[in-house]
Amino acid sequence: MAVMTMVQAIQSALAVKLAEDDRVMVYGEDVGVEGGVFRVTQDLQKRFGADRVFDSPLAESAIIGTAVGMCIAGLRPVVEIQFSGFIFPGFNQLLTHVARYNNRTQGRYSMPMVVRTPYGGGVRALEHHSDSEEAYFAHTPGLKVVIPATPHDAKGLLISAIESDDPVIFMEPKRLYRAIKQEVSEESFSIPLGKAKVVTEGDHITVVSYGAMVREVQKAMVFAAKAGIKVELIDLRTIYPLDRETLARSVKKTGHLLVVSESPSFASVASEIMAAVSEDVFLSLEAPPARLTGFDTVIPLPHGEMLYLPEPERIFYAIKNSVEY
Amino acid sequence: MFNPFTRPEIPMLRVLDADGRITDEERKPPLGDEDVLDAYKRMLFARTADAQCISYQRQGRMYTYPPNLGQEAIAGAFGRVIRSEDWLVPAFRELGAWLQKGVRMRDIFLLWMGVEEGNRMSDAPRMLPPSVPIASQLLHAVGIGKAMRYRKEEAAVFAFVGDGGTSTGDFHEALNFAAVWDVPVVFVIQNNQYAISVPLRMQTRSRRLADRADGFGIPGIQVDGNDFFALSTAAMAAREYAIEKGPVLVEALTYRRGAHTTSDDPSKYRAPEEEKIWETRDPLRRLRLYLESKGLWREEDERALVDIYKQEIDQEFQIAEGYPATRPEDIFRHAYREMPVDLKRQQAEFEKYLNWKEHYQWQS
Repeated sequence: MAVMTMVQAIQSALAVKLAEDDRVMVYGEDVGVEGGVFRVTQDLQKRFGADRVFDSPLAESAIIGTAVGMCIAGLRPVVEIQFSGFIFPGFNQLLTHVARYNNRTQGRYSMPMVVRTPYGGGVRALEHHSDSEEAYFAHTPGLKVVIPATPHDAKGLLISAIESDDPVIFMEPKRLYRAIKQEVSEESFSIPLGKAKVVTEGDHITVVSYGAMVREVQKAMVFAAKAGIKVELIDLRTIYPLDRETLARSVKKTGHLLVVSESPSFASVASEIMAAVSEDVFLSLEAPPARLTGFDTVIPLPHGEMLYLPEPERIFYAIKNSVEY
Repeated sequence: MFNPFTRPEIPMLRVLDADGRITDEERKPPLGDEDVLDAYKRMLFARTADAQCISYQRQGRMYTYPPNLGQEAIAGAFGRVIRSEDWLVPAFRELGAWLQKGVRMRDIFLLWMGVEEGNRMSDAPRMLPPSVPIASQLLHAVGIGKAMRYRKEEAAVFAFVGDGGTSTGDFHEALNFAAVWDVPVVFVIQNNQYAISVPLRMQTRSRRLADRADGFGIPGIQVDGNDFFALSTAAMAAREYAIEKGPVLVEALTYRRGAHTTSDDPSKYRAPEEEKIWETRDPLRRLRLYLESKGLWREEDERALVDIYKQEIDQEFQIAEGYPATRPEDIFRHAYREMPVDLKRQQAEFEKYLNWKEHYQWQS
């Protein structure tokens, strides 16, 4: 075991898979010599060679489009889109090819690729560096969407994502890249996709979250505990496929649901969770399902972004409102 | 004053003139009479199949179809050069090359009948299905090429695109990535001078699309796309260059004699006089005149062969027409390699509904 940040844990997962499987290729802008702008791929080129870990020219459509070709030829590319806000030139490849190729060719060519990308706000970055785009991908049939909230989960989930025969959008909450340190095994281990984690058990309300907001919910739980509210915190870990079973089991017990996410609200992952829980355990609900998300506006530049991102006090406020309904 | 912006004209590669005479012995490809005859027959088969497709579509037995009329020499010449270890990354108007790669007519029919199974093309090794989003497939070719270099395979990728596709970002990104990564990709532009209704002069100010290659530091040539011999020379040289050095761009200048698809009406955007001119430059006519002049082909050979082809094609069409109806499970089966629980639930609920629909006492 070693103490790792999320950056180190992701790097460890990439190193494990590069060593285990010669079909794994890691590339993107600045990932080779520099080791990525966040240093996630640091030293990987030195360790595994420039034919396995390399820089690409600057073009997101081509990064994802060439990964389609590599999958067709039997490789397992893990590409990096430097910031999720720049993924949109590659959106066409993701939607028209990556998500559909297995279906289009009736199983002849699968797309075992991982698109890693840092996402989300709270790091005082430039415009287009703070957005949360998970709903676009979760809405797209054929893709899986994974978002870790801890270093340990990041490593285990990324290994599963690389081993998955389906394409995975692996979104990394950059706010947590170096914010948390945790004991993480240096060995190979995997965490199954599609399984949420009950982080803390509680009886009064189920709070579902993912990514950087999990830690904010944990801070809010300190206020909740003082107010005598026992929160059951669920970290989704995989956005799609959604672990409806774990959500339903929890809400059946607590009767209250709050979803916390930093993305806009309309047609969001939060909306989907509310719908799923309403369908599955409607009669167990003692209050309307609630969500606390970003606003349906552009996320402000750093000067105002903390107003936009759900903060612990506001999460506690939403918890209290649901419990006292 | 000296004008630094002028550039010399570079002639197009041409070997066979419009009357079927060899004009450039030196650039003629090393093909024997039997090879040329075989190529002609394959092009004739493709043209016959193409006409049958239009006919089936008109009868309402097939959906939208993009005809190949006038462009058969490109697929014919490249189809001969593309080996089983090479990859074929099509756009959608390369029927002859698909057939030579091993695709069966029944699958082609299924494809244009709207059956996913047609896209599998499992009889053709190393072949991708056609790409509907224009030029997006060129990047796949580059990725395949990168994988081939990684595995040290001695083979090439042949990727097709039309003139319209050269305006897209993906075209430029593909050529640039291919150049930087030195991958063995032969990019073939079928310049048929129209992107649906938009003529080439509205698409680009490039004098020749082949010139685009210069900007990426790779070789590019323009070849007469209705000249089977010139195309064969270009295809062979391109394959060799791609494997040994890196990507090349081949612009094959041709003319789409038919409609863009069966939903299109070219009379709205081009003059009949223009179509007449290109009829005289037809690639099959040119090669047939050559073969006739060498005593290798007669008109009666052609008629007899077309009849045989029509029967073969119709048999394949009947097999395709007999393909079973889509079942609910077919919609779900290949969405993922590992089917998510949610999809299993959706399929089960849909089947439950279908069962209910069948047994409910509907009031008439």
